Amino acid sequence: MESETNKILGEVTGTDYKYGFVSDIETEFAPRGLTEDTVRYISLKKNEPEFLLEFRLKAFRHWLTMTQPQWAHLSIAPIDFQDIIFYAAPKRKTELKSLEAVDPELLATFNKLGISLEEQKKLSGVAVDAVIDSVSVKTTFSETLSKYGIIFCSFSDAVQKHPELVKQYMGSVVPYTDNYFAALNSAVFSDGSFCYIPKGVRCPVELSTYFRINAANTGQFERTLIVAEEGAYVSYMEGCTAPQRDENQLHAAIVEIVALKDAEVKYSTVQNWYPGDKNGIGGIYNFVTKRGICKGSNSKISWTQVETGSAITWKYPSCILLGDHSVGEFYSVAVTNNHQQADTGTKMLHLGKNTRSTIISKGISAGKSNNSYRGLVRISKNAVNSRNYSQCDSLLLGSGCGAHTFPYIEAGNKSSIVEHEATTSKISEDQLFYCQQRGIDMESAIGLIVNGYAREVLKQLPMEFAVEAQKLLSISLEGSVG
Amino acid sequence: MLLSVKNLHASIHGKEILKGVNLEVDQGEIHAIMGPNGTGKSTLASVIAGREVFEITSGEILYKGKDLQKLSVEERAREGIFMGFQYPVEIPGVSITNFMRTALNEIRKYSGLDALSGGEFLKLMEEKKKLVEITSNLTNRSVNEGFSGGEKKKNEIFQMAILEPMLAILDETDSGLDIDALRIVANGVNKLRRPDNAFVVITHYQRLLDYIVPDFVHVLFEGRIVKSGGKELAFELEEKGYDWIKKEQEA
Repeated sequence: MESETNKILGEVTGTDYKYGFVSDIETEFAPRGLTEDTVRYISLKKNEPEFLLEFRLKAFRHWLTMTQPQWAHLSIAPIDFQDIIFYAAPKRKTELKSLEAVDPELLATFNKLGISLEEQKKLSGVAVDAVIDSVSVKTTFSETLSKYGIIFCSFSDAVQKHPELVKQYMGSVVPYTDNYFAALNSAVFSDGSFCYIPKGVRCPVELSTYFRINAANTGQFERTLIVAEEGAYVSYMEGCTAPQRDENQLHAAIVEIVALKDAEVKYSTVQNWYPGDKNGIGGIYNFVTKRGICKGSNSKISWTQVETGSAITWKYPSCILLGDHSVGEFYSVAVTNNHQQADTGTKMLHLGKNTRSTIISKGISAGKSNNSYRGLVRISKNAVNSRNYSQCDSLLLGSGCGAHTFPYIEAGNKSSIVEHEATTSKISEDQLFYCQQRGIDMESAIGLIVNGYAREVLKQLPMEFAVEAQKLLSISLEGSVG
Repeated sequence: MLLSVKNLHASIHGKEILKGVNLEVDQGEIHAIMGPNGTGKSTLASVIAGREVFEITSGEILYKGKDLQKLSVEERAREGIFMGFQYPVEIPGVSITNFMRTALNEIRKYSGLDALSGGEFLKLMEEKKKLVEITSNLTNRSVNEGFSGGEKKKNEIFQMAILEPMLAILDETDSGLDIDALRIVANGVNKLRRPDNAFVVITHYQRLLDYIVPDFVHVLFEGRIVKSGGKELAFELEEKGYDWIKKEQEA
């Protein structure tokens, strides 16, 4: 019975990525490889101020002294940094004033992904900053937002228009010395998003960025910086999907969030990069450093992620709870299938008094994949009366996959409470039969059960995103779309 | 004939459970299948529903003239076969609303009907809730999660009411029910009865048949139907006990 179920699950889950297409847009490349000249080239291309070039060079020199970390539960083929193109920008001849001016090929790509800027613009009230191959092509709604004093633009634009803000906050949460991939990103980052919410402003729309890796052999190094001033609120969404490739592509992003007194930032991600084929060939290497700091008292940062893509995911969205009574949250669904590997989790660093954190992690493994939760809860000596609740669940589909949990807990005082719960379960043959007996086929049944299992996390997502995330979960594990 | 089971032999892991079952069920009929524990009652239900762990070694099952063995579990369901489970399984996080809407729309699609919208479906749910006398907020909860035994069984009847099957096989739906729940389950069946559908009620006790009056009663013993009759057979069984059947078989 067991082996039958496994066989069926294997057939159902062993499917290829649905979004594997390549759009043909003219691209301008940096020379292959990484030297100090590459860093200077990027900075020059982007017409950056001196302080930024300095920052990049310091990061680059520091990176040279580091080695790739080996502690994660991942098996990573060596990365040849000299064989990577560190900068690629879609060529554009003139400034784009409207959507009509955008390369039709590019718009078609968005449409294939179901991201119609036009539609987004007209219907959804979602401001979209679409990133293709490192350079922001189009930002919508920025005028509406600017009425509130909200800045939402590409990182490059922010560097040109608001250098003082960039200088003040960039690297303040994730310093370039933080880790190997953070140093690399700091040296060669191409573009990304910048978001600034002024004091007391509640951002009226969900801010959304769609990332997409497009040109072959192009490492992509996004950098996102979100600053919420005192009493500000913003919900930010990041979603991505990439075309099919045979060679591994490197992605090393940085996201920094700063929440001042009484501010709240909600950061949601749906990540669906090319995971490699059934045999584990190709796929994105996703090494991301995401961190937020609750700098002021009563501030709150909430990370929600749905991770279905990438060959390798190495990602720990974290919260530094510095302000008293600040709150950190981490809600995660990570799906691995075929030969995917994920080592993901969070760090909750309690520094302020009466700080609280919640961690809900749902891992789903299928095929021959490996899925690890790694989380650190550190309560410092001064963080009295702090609380953490962690729940880490694993769902296994079939018997060829692995689920692992690595919780690290450091409690530095006696007035704080740390709770950790963990479960591992399987989709049972009984559940599948029950669904099928009601007329629901095997694939839909798995989709239904998996979505139910992940519901606690999915309900944290903004509405627009939740629907997409549900679809993605099903697609990642099933043989057919929708 | 709606269902026609002919000389059915079925086994699990090489062990033969059904040893030549014959059963004919026509539209508008209610059949009760009784018998001691472990004689193959639940196996018969599972085999008709298409559970793959059971292997049919010989014989055939015809449903609306079609060879059921050629249909998958979900195709049988979409063709109108419903099984009320003895032990309904929990599906955490999946709301009954979402579950039943998915199921109903799959079945409708199979029959060439348009999917019901969210609003239409909620209306239908309210209607059916009344029909099967569910007053609690069952419908907002996850499928069977944290349900009492009685709630699970009522939920099965509720699902049956929504899907409106042609052939409903209720596998010991009465077991573990108090008298109120039993009455609700039985009333559900009586209200859903139509001239064009049929019920096969599997039960260990005669008790349920106080509320559901069967047209035919069959006794399943050691993998075969050894006795068939009208509703009076149930009373006879109740009076004489299953030992009577055993002795008769041994004789």
